[in-house]
Amino acid sequence: MNIQEFIDNFAAQLDDTDPEAITAETKFKELEDWSSLTALSIIAMIDDEYNIIVKGNDIINSVTIQDLFNVVEKRILDPKR
Amino acid sequence: METGYNPFSLEGKTVLVTGASSGIGREIAIACSRMGATVVVTARNEERLQATLDSLESSGQEHRLLVADLTSSDEMTALVASLPSLDGAVLSAGNSTTLPLQFGSRDKFDEMFDVNFFAPVELLRMMYKKKILQKGASVVLMASIGGTHSFMPGNGVYGASKAALNSFMKYAAREFASRRVRVNSICPGMVDTPLIHRGTITEEQLAEDAKRYPLGRYGQPEDIANGAIYLLSDASSWLTGHDLVIDGGFSI
Repeated sequence: MNIQEFIDNFAAQLDDTDPEAITAETKFKELEDWSSLTALSIIAMIDDEYNIIVKGNDIINSVTIQDLFNVVEKRILDPKR
Repeated sequence: METGYNPFSLEGKTVLVTGASSGIGREIAIACSRMGATVVVTARNEERLQATLDSLESSGQEHRLLVADLTSSDEMTALVASLPSLDGAVLSAGNSTTLPLQFGSRDKFDEMFDVNFFAPVELLRMMYKKKILQKGASVVLMASIGGTHSFMPGNGVYGASKAALNSFMKYAAREFASRRVRVNSICPGMVDTPLIHRGTITEEQLAEDAKRYPLGRYGQPEDIANGAIYLLSDASSWLTGHDLVIDGGFSI
């Protein structure tokens, strides 16, 4: 998986934010259109696209999109984590 | 003063409980045994089901365990063939998912409906057709306020399966009344069971959500089990086709 594709998939879940404005360093929970439903969409997107289960706490504990990407990548390499 | 008056007694009744290995189903099985019923417990996981069987109380009743995956038609058929005559059945086996609707593809719906709708519907149909349910038997289906309200974002797939079940309940109540078989459902609000602690929703979010309940907390499995006892007992002899909402006031 590569980070740009992940960013695109992430940005697709946002209703109002311009996808061009989203980068690996975006602090996504500070976005104006971030909501609990967006969080559920991100979890569902990661399950659909990467076949990886992330939990609510993984979202809470990630500040940037890069942080969340790292969680997914670690789990792809070691599904037990 | 000992009067022995107890319209909620289940003494002399044999009751099937599905989904009895965990959560609400487990609590209902235990409560039924304490009210004097002979309980037949079923679920997929033998080890956890045995733990439920071991937790049942007995003053002479001989409880039974039947392992079955109700999404397998072979196992369903085998289960039905092993069932004794029943005075009551609580079809509590179910699952939930938290999934925004734009991710609710047909396979996600199928997965949810297989467990929450088609399995209890087929089991009830077979138990009625084969006259396993005796005259005057009471059936309790486990629906949800998720089937009557959009109680939390992301519960549309789950909620639709419970709404379908609740609708089926009403038709079954009307038709099965010809044999005096009663069919009701319980619509719980959020109940503190392993099902809600799978981590999609964080513990902090759950604690915050519980504040939306006028009685100030999520339900406990006992809250639902007490409703099931009422519906199984002769205290509710003139009640059928009813969805009993037990939700701490959420849907007021």
